[in-house]
Amino acid sequence: MTSRASWIPYALIAPAVLFLAAFFIVPLVQTIWLSFSSEEGVGLANYARMAGDLNFSLAIRNTFLLTAIVVPLQVALALLMAVMLTKIERGRDLVLWVLTIPLGISDLAAGLAWLAILQNTGYLNSALYGLGLIPGPTGWLTQETPVALFIGIVLAELWRATAIVLVIVVAGIQLIPKEFAEAAEIFGARPWTRFRKITLPLLKPSLQSALILRTVLAFEVFAVVYALGGTNFPVLAGEAYTWQNINQNYGVAAAYAVLIMAISLAATALYLSILRVRPEQQP
Amino acid sequence: MQSATLRAVAVAAVVFGSLTAAKAQDTIFYSTQLRPIEEATKVREVLLKGVPGKVTYVVDEPPAFAVRLKAETQAGKRTISLVGALHGELQPHVPDDLQPIEDVAAKVSNLGIPANLMQLGKLGTDKQQYIPWMQATYIMVANKQALQYLPAGADINALTYEQLQQWAKAIADRTGQRRLGWPAGPTGLMARFFQGYFYPSFTGGVVTPFKSADAEAGWNMMKQLWTVSSPNSTSYNFMQEPLLGGEIWIAWDHVARVKEALEAQPDQFVTFPAPAGPKGRGYMPVIAGLAIPKDAPNHDGAVAVIQHLTKPETQIKTAQEVGFFPVVKAELPADLSPGVKLLSSAVSATQNAKDAVVSLLPVGLGAKGGEFNKVYMDTFQRIVQRNEPVKAVLEDQAKVLDTLMKQTGAPCWAPDKPSQGACIVD
Repeated sequence: MTSRASWIPYALIAPAVLFLAAFFIVPLVQTIWLSFSSEEGVGLANYARMAGDLNFSLAIRNTFLLTAIVVPLQVALALLMAVMLTKIERGRDLVLWVLTIPLGISDLAAGLAWLAILQNTGYLNSALYGLGLIPGPTGWLTQETPVALFIGIVLAELWRATAIVLVIVVAGIQLIPKEFAEAAEIFGARPWTRFRKITLPLLKPSLQSALILRTVLAFEVFAVVYALGGTNFPVLAGEAYTWQNINQNYGVAAAYAVLIMAISLAATALYLSILRVRPEQQP
Repeated sequence: MQSATLRAVAVAAVVFGSLTAAKAQDTIFYSTQLRPIEEATKVREVLLKGVPGKVTYVVDEPPAFAVRLKAETQAGKRTISLVGALHGELQPHVPDDLQPIEDVAAKVSNLGIPANLMQLGKLGTDKQQYIPWMQATYIMVANKQALQYLPAGADINALTYEQLQQWAKAIADRTGQRRLGWPAGPTGLMARFFQGYFYPSFTGGVVTPFKSADAEAGWNMMKQLWTVSSPNSTSYNFMQEPLLGGEIWIAWDHVARVKEALEAQPDQFVTFPAPAGPKGRGYMPVIAGLAIPKDAPNHDGAVAVIQHLTKPETQIKTAQEVGFFPVVKAELPADLSPGVKLLSSAVSATQNAKDAVVSLLPVGLGAKGGEFNKVYMDTFQRIVQRNEPVKAVLEDQAKVLDTLMKQTGAPCWAPDKPSQGACIVD
């Protein structure tokens, strides 16, 4: 029995491992190799080219700024929505379903939907014009209006990707036994105290997963920015795309890809160490 | 039971056998041109009609095209028999992926394809790499509402950059909206404006006078133009959309990228040549070519398609159906659709302009075509968008351009004077 049980898990996981090895590890190694090889031989030429480009520092700044603002907002919003969901008695599934609709929409489609709202002849301008607040079509997404463009991208990203955090947090909240909250209530704990002392600590594993997932995805942000800002708001993944497809220099594109991966890995390691959960703390 | 199984196997074998046989005769025609579904349907149902054998027309974005051709070469398994793409898109595939086609060149030699176009098809080698397929260029389009603001005494068919600036300024002043637009978005063709229109018009060259005093004066003009241009220009990839939406009243773009607007509302727009600068009226033809990849599974089928598409009748139909113009000797009929008529009138006004300065397509840049474009776009971004000092930026970017030209060894092309060895910046 034990001898049979010892190989079964490996056999079951083998297809997934093989799949990942073939379609993830191999291209990953190839990309890393590509990023270090150029016409001048093997070396750091592609990385030097990347760092010397006129959009590089801007892309770094924009990507980090966007991540630093979008991810905390998404977690806060998701927590709020998840707690509200626990209070709903009837129609909870329906509300959850509506809140998660953006999950089913592709990044680019979401970007285009927001473009339809924010562009010159979009719904926002039509509404503002109808209210007599603007004299005619006003540009919000241009290089001359960087703040409005940034806010537009933040809004689109919030709308598009808060749901994934919400789903994880809702699942985590359901795992927390109701007895804790009831006991705390008996001892006179107010809702805010209950949230801070019970819900939040017990949600740590879920929050960790959600944060890792969202942060990694935020560093890869591309389609929404591309749809709304075009070249007006350079981000790292967008620069990788430009070097690959427009400038057709695959080496520098690979260097960008490796840089994004390194940043994502660093962020993941950071979260794992900060939000470590000891087994006895799990619900 | 057993006989039923056997019968099923036999049927399957027959079906499978005939499928593979059909596949062997199938000519896969892979193209970066005529991609939108309406145009691809026209190719399949009209332009390829009458070709012997079955032709499968497959389209792809240029970056995917480049990757697939290279990947098939590396894998040693070719599925494509014929490719159709722009001059610049075919260039990186010489000599690894394309089969020289001297024999096909001989077969089409009596069609009257101009010698300079055939020469372009050699892509800097001594053998024919592609057969010219169809041509296009860039034109200006204006909404008729803009005409009332045209500066006094300006002839729309012989505009100068100063007049264009005054025109756009008058529109901005009177309507409160900047309505001159450029395709400076991520996949827009703005780099071609600088290479084929702006530089030839202001400096009479493209590479050699990159940082000359003439170029400096040109960039200062460009900065002024930008102050009266729509700030949304950096998001536009195809000018037909903002033209149709009324957001833009004057635009410069590739004919294929304004065609939809002209077809949809021919009464609303006028077309005319790009403006002239101190050195003339720069313009750049666009050539799409047909080439056969190495180890093509159906070489004969590919040759048959090339012969069919270069027939004068097919070339005229191509102009009528998709708005690309003939490369062979062929007279366009008078009953063109109003949209195509607008395109063709601007194209001929451009070609026949007395002060026209033709800018040829770069030859010999190999896979560096994208980085060549980047030099011009980076210069634009720094001077016009970031307001950096013109002279310093030109000095800086000239170094990048010079390195690029020396790496590729590409000789000068018109309107730069021919060079011995690589084309360098003066």
